[in-house]
Amino acid sequence: MDILLQQIINGLVQGSIYALVALGYTMVYGIMGLINFAHGEVVMIGTLVSITVAGSLIEAGMPVSLAGMAGLSASVLACMALGWGLERIAYRPLRNAPRLTPLITAIGMSIVLQNLAMMIWGRNYLTFPSFLPKIDFELAGANFTAIQVIIVVVSATTMGGLLLLVYRTKLGMAMRATAQNPAVASLMGVNINRVIAAAFVIGSALGALAGVMVGSYYEIAHYQMGFMLGLKAFTAAVLGGIGNLAGAMLGGVLLGIIEALGAGYIGDLTGGFLGSNYQDIFAFVVLIVVLMFKPSGLFGEKTGDRA
Amino acid sequence: MRAKPSLVALSVAAAFALSACGQHDDAPKSVAAPGTPVAKPEIVVKLGHVAPMTGPQAHLGKDNENGAVLAIEELNAKGMEIGGAKVKFELLAEDDAADPKQGAIVAQKLVDAKVNGVIGHLNSGTTIPASKLYADAGIPQISGSATNPKYTQQGFATAFRVMANDVQQGKSLGEFAVKQGIKTVAIVDDRTAYGQGLADEFRKAVEAAGLKVVATEYTTDKATDFKAILTKIKSTKAELVFFGGMDAQGGPLAKQMKELGIKAKFLGGDGVCTPEFMKLGGEATEGQYCSLPGMPLEKLAKGPAFREKFTKKFGGEIQLYAPYVYDAVMVMADSMKRADSVEPAKFLPAIGKTKYDGVTALIEFDQFGDLKGGAISIYQYKGGKLEYVETLGGSPVDLAQGDAKTDVKEMEKVGADAVKNVAEATKAAVEKK
Amino acid sequence: MTSRFFRSAVGIGLLAVALIALPFVAALGGQAWVRILDFAILYIFLALGLNIVVGFAGLLDLGYIAFYAVGAYTWALLASPHFGLHLPIWVILPIGASLACLAGVVLGSPTLKLRGDYLAIVTLGFGEIVRIFLNNLNAPINITNGPQGITLIDPVAFGSFKFSGTTQIFGLALSGPQKYYYLLVTLAILVVVINLRLQHSRIGRAWQAIREDEVAAKAVGINTRNIKLLAFAMGASFGGIAGGIFSAMQGFVSPESFSLIESIMVLSMVVLGGMGHIPGVILGAVLLSILPEALRYGIGPLQTAVFGKMLVDPESLRMLAFGLALVLVMRFKPAGLWPSPTRQRELAEAKS
Repeated sequence: MDILLQQIINGLVQGSIYALVALGYTMVYGIMGLINFAHGEVVMIGTLVSITVAGSLIEAGMPVSLAGMAGLSASVLACMALGWGLERIAYRPLRNAPRLTPLITAIGMSIVLQNLAMMIWGRNYLTFPSFLPKIDFELAGANFTAIQVIIVVVSATTMGGLLLLVYRTKLGMAMRATAQNPAVASLMGVNINRVIAAAFVIGSALGALAGVMVGSYYEIAHYQMGFMLGLKAFTAAVLGGIGNLAGAMLGGVLLGIIEALGAGYIGDLTGGFLGSNYQDIFAFVVLIVVLMFKPSGLFGEKTGDRA
Repeated sequence: MRAKPSLVALSVAAAFALSACGQHDDAPKSVAAPGTPVAKPEIVVKLGHVAPMTGPQAHLGKDNENGAVLAIEELNAKGMEIGGAKVKFELLAEDDAADPKQGAIVAQKLVDAKVNGVIGHLNSGTTIPASKLYADAGIPQISGSATNPKYTQQGFATAFRVMANDVQQGKSLGEFAVKQGIKTVAIVDDRTAYGQGLADEFRKAVEAAGLKVVATEYTTDKATDFKAILTKIKSTKAELVFFGGMDAQGGPLAKQMKELGIKAKFLGGDGVCTPEFMKLGGEATEGQYCSLPGMPLEKLAKGPAFREKFTKKFGGEIQLYAPYVYDAVMVMADSMKRADSVEPAKFLPAIGKTKYDGVTALIEFDQFGDLKGGAISIYQYKGGKLEYVETLGGSPVDLAQGDAKTDVKEMEKVGADAVKNVAEATKAAVEKK
Repeated sequence: MTSRFFRSAVGIGLLAVALIALPFVAALGGQAWVRILDFAILYIFLALGLNIVVGFAGLLDLGYIAFYAVGAYTWALLASPHFGLHLPIWVILPIGASLACLAGVVLGSPTLKLRGDYLAIVTLGFGEIVRIFLNNLNAPINITNGPQGITLIDPVAFGSFKFSGTTQIFGLALSGPQKYYYLLVTLAILVVVINLRLQHSRIGRAWQAIREDEVAAKAVGINTRNIKLLAFAMGASFGGIAGGIFSAMQGFVSPESFSLIESIMVLSMVVLGGMGHIPGVILGAVLLSILPEALRYGIGPLQTAVFGKMLVDPESLRMLAFGLALVLVMRFKPAGLWPSPTRQRELAEAKS
């Protein structure tokens, strides 16, 4: 029993991170139907920026918690700028292009960002300064740490805030209008360019937040860390129904828990025939099965033909 | 006497760039540039070096290349004579991105450039397909880091390695676990050729000794989260967790073991015997074990001097395989000297008969081209340092405890000469232009 | 009429001469260039296969490399000491193609009702699943030899004529890569012809109808399910054949050759060149497979020539330039470098 609880905690933490990153994908997709493949790299840049800023401030003698906050803010700002720049330079000129064109651009940007990061931060793995005191908890035989609690709490609050933003503010209304029909929205006086830029900027800020949390959880960062994380988060977004904010959150958490339980129990379930070497398959198989029965994800609305 | 490292790096880089530039005209240059007057004929010996310079293992690739650069500079500074001519070594450094397809292309490029020998590649995955091309062209290849047993078992006369293979290492690690009096072990591997090979050999060794493998779990070489598999391992109450994989996963794995309150010891191979492991694992690495082929640098006569030279020149710690790559270059040069020829066909047989007292070991090859008797040393992380525990297997290595100080001084002189040499070469080349 | 026929005959003749002479020209720069050329043709092969799925039928497939992997492992298992089997090419290639085709149907049938991006992620997942299985099927029964890969794979051989090593033909020394070149060119021409025939056949028009408007296609009586499945199956078989040749050429396969990046590469070739337009796809494949190699040769010396020294590590610059090239081409030629005339017209209309 304690094992099941531990696995669920493991999955919940991992899933919260997926969820935060998935929001970035789903916001952009919901509004303009674009898979921003470079979003994982934005998360990576966020992590690395916060390492550099916080690390050098700590070295300069600043208290760790303050430096951590400074690192977080710097990384959020840097990623917002990056997200804005990506949209402005790479995606905006392609708005009327064939559907796959922005996808290739995104892949190209992803390669560019990775290699730039490699030039700036080098090829080695970097260690993330520990901002938080190490506090361990034990609950019914399961162990967890302060940072894990913080990750789950921060993710949940952020998502709540985002929902408020989308459903209770003017910008949110403009976003929903643009997602429904850009042409009509613009006739109603919505500045489409601003709304799309805002989606990129907000998504990137969430990405930065996720990056800092990934960094402080695993205390390690690398210029290629964004790729796998982005892929998993994207899977989570599709699982929940891409374009749907609540779906992305639930998809993320669900994927995290599926992976943890999959890795933990696949051996017992298959009588030792399959082991944890198939844990990545688990996520994809669940995805395929879900999509077979609900072709637009768990919580996705039936959207029109985007194919 | 101390040259600024940045200057050194710059001039070295420039020298390479120029030499790379020169390779476009296909004719093998067997004489020095016409502008420089030389008393003796000079032969240029081209050595290829291949390792990933891009991708997740780029840091190890650069480390390997640095080892080769150091060796070549020293050889040139020392001035070797073969067949009555002065020999100038040149390094052709290539990137295979740890991708087998790239590995084959790069290998072909080196074959075209008519290199006299190849040092590398880093990964077994690229070394194996490339070794066929080198074998077909009759070019000797010495890898300092490809540990997959298959590399030398393909029956190519040109394939050598100066490092114990996975079979030798996995076996010794198993022996060590048995000696520790451990009864139950959990095995984790990263599903790469290296990690899986090592874990399999370890399993064979411990099972043969009657230990119980209570859990076998897997991860990938890109993973950062190991909590799910570790939770499962925790429930089996294994006394030891063996990890077949690299430092980038091993460090976080050790850390997450601690976070989950797992009391078991951690044991891994050479992939986790790195400064990187300690950096990434933090406090959780305290008391954990890992192994390295050969003997510890500190225990070897030439070890400390090598470390000092290396850190002085490149301004950073040795990552992992640099000393082995350094030795690989030296073995190649030594074989040429003994055969008194730089022709691959002529000095290839001499490589098989190598008996070279290198930095990492007394290097001799068996009939496959594997390191003879490959000793494996076990280390423990203590107080942020690797502490030597014991050496298993292998033939006794020459442990000449010579006066290390004079050794270092001499090396420093050699190093300084090398710098001067490269600077001169660069200048000459620029003038030629 | 005759003059037009004459002109196209001359054109084809010149092209044939160029294709025959190419490996000898490339060999002047070293056999490495011939090998790069071989891989370029292999990628043409793959890109044309994927073009059937993405370009003709409009189905976004991010897991195409899985079929390539199936073909490669089929060859590796049936012609290597691993199982002690050494079957001839006549047997292996059809088996490889059919297995890949089967894999295409297996992937296709449950997923074809998915649209657009959902299909993309499912195919991506499928690609990963295949790779993960290849990487782990060494236990409990050793089938693929796991991450260790399979070594000593037989080269392509027709009877006693082997494609590895150098042979003398009519006083000409033909190296291994050069022989593979001719084999690959022959196969590639075959694929081009099949592609051209398909494009204007009933099936090709049905694909196009589905690509443009699936509902309308269904309404006019096209069995969209079967037609889509056919696209998957055909694309997959080409992938399987390419995989077999890759396996034989390399002499070694391991799962790391079949990662997601490869799928993305092939897709980039199709889109960059011009989706659905055969010459464009060929151009895309040639560019994307040769560009990184050309940059490998070019960037270091270029830097020294311009700045007098190396400013940036050429290896990191190489991939950076590659990424930038993708972004820039898409920015200024959104339909690809060489789009089909009809698509270009549509795009112009959409803009105005």
